[in-house]
Amino acid sequence: MRFALSEDQTLLQDSLNRTLADLVPLDRVRRFADGGDTAEASDIWMRLAEMGLPGLMIPEEHGGLGLGMLEAALAAEALGRVVAPTPFLGSAVLAPLALKLGGTEAQQRRWLPKLATGAATAGIAISEPIAGARDGAGVTAKDGRLTGQALFALDATGADLLIVADTAGGLHLANIAEAAEPMPGIDATRRLKALTFKDTPAEALTSNPALDRLRDAAWILLAADTLGAAQVMLERAVAYAKERKQFGRTIGSFQAVKHLCAEMAAELEPARALVWYAAYAFDNTPDEAPLMAAHAKAHTSEIGRFIARTATEVHGGIGITDLLGLHYWFKRIGQNRQLLGGPERVREIAARIQGLVA
Amino acid sequence: MHYAPTDREGGDMDLTLTPELTAFREEVRAFLDAHKDEHEAGAPKDPKAWQRLLIDNGYAARTIPRSYGGFGAEPDGQKTRIIAEAFIAAGAPRGMSGQGISMLVPTLLEVGSEEQKTRWIPPTLSGEIIWCQGYSEPGAGSDLANLQTKAVEDGEDFLISGSKIWTSTAAQAQMMFCLVRTEATKPKHEGISYVLFPMDTPGIEVRPLKTMTGQAEFNEVFFTDVRVPQANVVGGRGRGWQVANTTLKHERGMLGDPNATEARLKQLIELMKSETVDGRPIIDNAIFRDRLMQLQARVLSMKFNGLRTMTDDTAGLARLVVKLQGCELNHQVAALAIDALGELGILYQEGPHLRAKGRWQWNYMFDLGLIIGGGTAQIQKNIISERGLGMPREPKTVEA
Repeated sequence: MRFALSEDQTLLQDSLNRTLADLVPLDRVRRFADGGDTAEASDIWMRLAEMGLPGLMIPEEHGGLGLGMLEAALAAEALGRVVAPTPFLGSAVLAPLALKLGGTEAQQRRWLPKLATGAATAGIAISEPIAGARDGAGVTAKDGRLTGQALFALDATGADLLIVADTAGGLHLANIAEAAEPMPGIDATRRLKALTFKDTPAEALTSNPALDRLRDAAWILLAADTLGAAQVMLERAVAYAKERKQFGRTIGSFQAVKHLCAEMAAELEPARALVWYAAYAFDNTPDEAPLMAAHAKAHTSEIGRFIARTATEVHGGIGITDLLGLHYWFKRIGQNRQLLGGPERVREIAARIQGLVA
Repeated sequence: MHYAPTDREGGDMDLTLTPELTAFREEVRAFLDAHKDEHEAGAPKDPKAWQRLLIDNGYAARTIPRSYGGFGAEPDGQKTRIIAEAFIAAGAPRGMSGQGISMLVPTLLEVGSEEQKTRWIPPTLSGEIIWCQGYSEPGAGSDLANLQTKAVEDGEDFLISGSKIWTSTAAQAQMMFCLVRTEATKPKHEGISYVLFPMDTPGIEVRPLKTMTGQAEFNEVFFTDVRVPQANVVGGRGRGWQVANTTLKHERGMLGDPNATEARLKQLIELMKSETVDGRPIIDNAIFRDRLMQLQARVLSMKFNGLRTMTDDTAGLARLVVKLQGCELNHQVAALAIDALGELGILYQEGPHLRAKGRWQWNYMFDLGLIIGGGTAQIQKNIISERGLGMPREPKTVEA
């Protein structure tokens, strides 16, 4: 038995962290968040394409690296560490997964090689059948055409391909929506869109089981993203507490402050094992994956919220300023919590999976 | 691609069972099935016979050498996990886990003399000798190194005077492992020795210490000129602090054991499925179900955290959080069980409506003691922040 990262995985993690530290500094995140300059995001994605990131999970025969969910989770964690604006979730993981599970050979050949190089990107609109429909949203499919609205679409900005779930859980591949309106949110590092379809032509993929797999993958990767973002918030809180002096001593020597840091670490470190396990289960013990993915998503949402507020608090007043920029991590963690189901909804699904709901 | 997988073997995460391990799991299950009549309600009918049976089959004292009365297997995290899971699934009691077995034996294996190992380990493992631990004192709790029980040289012996508190099983124990101050003039960490002595030595008085549970799980122990041979020191005179830290490490592992927590969660799920209010199972209540799911995520996290500590070299911080999180989680599992029982949750001791012989209520109270004992939650947070996160120590006040 071995429950630890392999050498290859550690190498992947280190190399991504090094690259991302240079590629996505805070001022770049800020430019993207403030100005909505999508060229920033495209440039980041093309640079990451040089490392093969867009094709991480795409089979080698289609030009990808053919790696697994654990590697994808490590990548999501690395992206969360720098709150990177990238279409990783939609383009590198969920769309390829949808095509792999429900696409025809021709669809796979048409899209996977382009997604793998980053030449094309994919958006994903699966919110309603997973998180529930709000404001009457929902897409219906009839005779190869989609009609209705899909809210909270991910990575849809400039996407060449959209994966859309209808209200019954069926998946569709559309090239373009009738309209795509921005949904400006609290976290400006990942843009959300409201897509409108009106008799829009689409190709059907296979239905329900594929959507469940997509949901599990998305939950695991949102959990991993939170893990990375929360880890950075903890590291920064600890670093600040070792530096900042009040009453003639570093504030990190006060138990009131260091215990907050210990509590963050005590919550975060076991969550890492849960996320790893969920990712491992996704590829190796699929029967366990839905429950583990649900728990990973819901639990990182809870500890993420605790760490986001506590790390901010350790910084004192400077913690809430725009200048420091810690709020980008705070908001990313907040968005990950709500996306594709808040913890209460996800836990109810976790109970249902175990047959605990009558 | 420079990080493309070159070798998918050896280093990869792998929780699958090899054919050998699958066979091993079947063996454990068959054993448990064959002996299922030898325990009831999670406790063995004959504790010593059960302990003997488990050791003989490698399900207790598994990695302790045969020459010291153990089973003598090589450490194997996977087999340990299979055994733990099979026992949980079968609701079977594990081997004895008193302080002698959990704390003294590992300490003797690490720092004891050959004579001490052969003399004390076998009867401890078999349950013939019960030990108690003499660490805390009224004036030395979290600041354990400040202990004042003194051992004064008298020929070949020490004469021990002072008192200990929070001593579990002192009334039943035949022996004590104890920290005493042998070097009165040395700095506090350097003047301590770790000694072993029989509890029937003249000059020892044990007084039960009744707690909020209504039972006396602890005792106070008083020493008046208790004569102990100097040869009974373990690990060298004046080295008691280092020896004690070996033991505390084992205690913290024992107190946060995720397998024990998982077994309790399983019982809680059964409770919530079987108990009804107005004819409907508690589990049908969405609020209780949500609380259960929150705890299940925590229990799973600690379980996988435990797997990681067994096999991952980078798991230093993961190890440091086990005592803090594990004990807190046990308390919360008991709290949810009491809440799920509603008014039944206030019953205790006896009566027709009492559930599980009041065990949830006892756990709820006793587990609070375990959050405090074995290094308080606050001391754990000092350890996590200082050793795990590299944060500075609280500046020392000038000692008088």
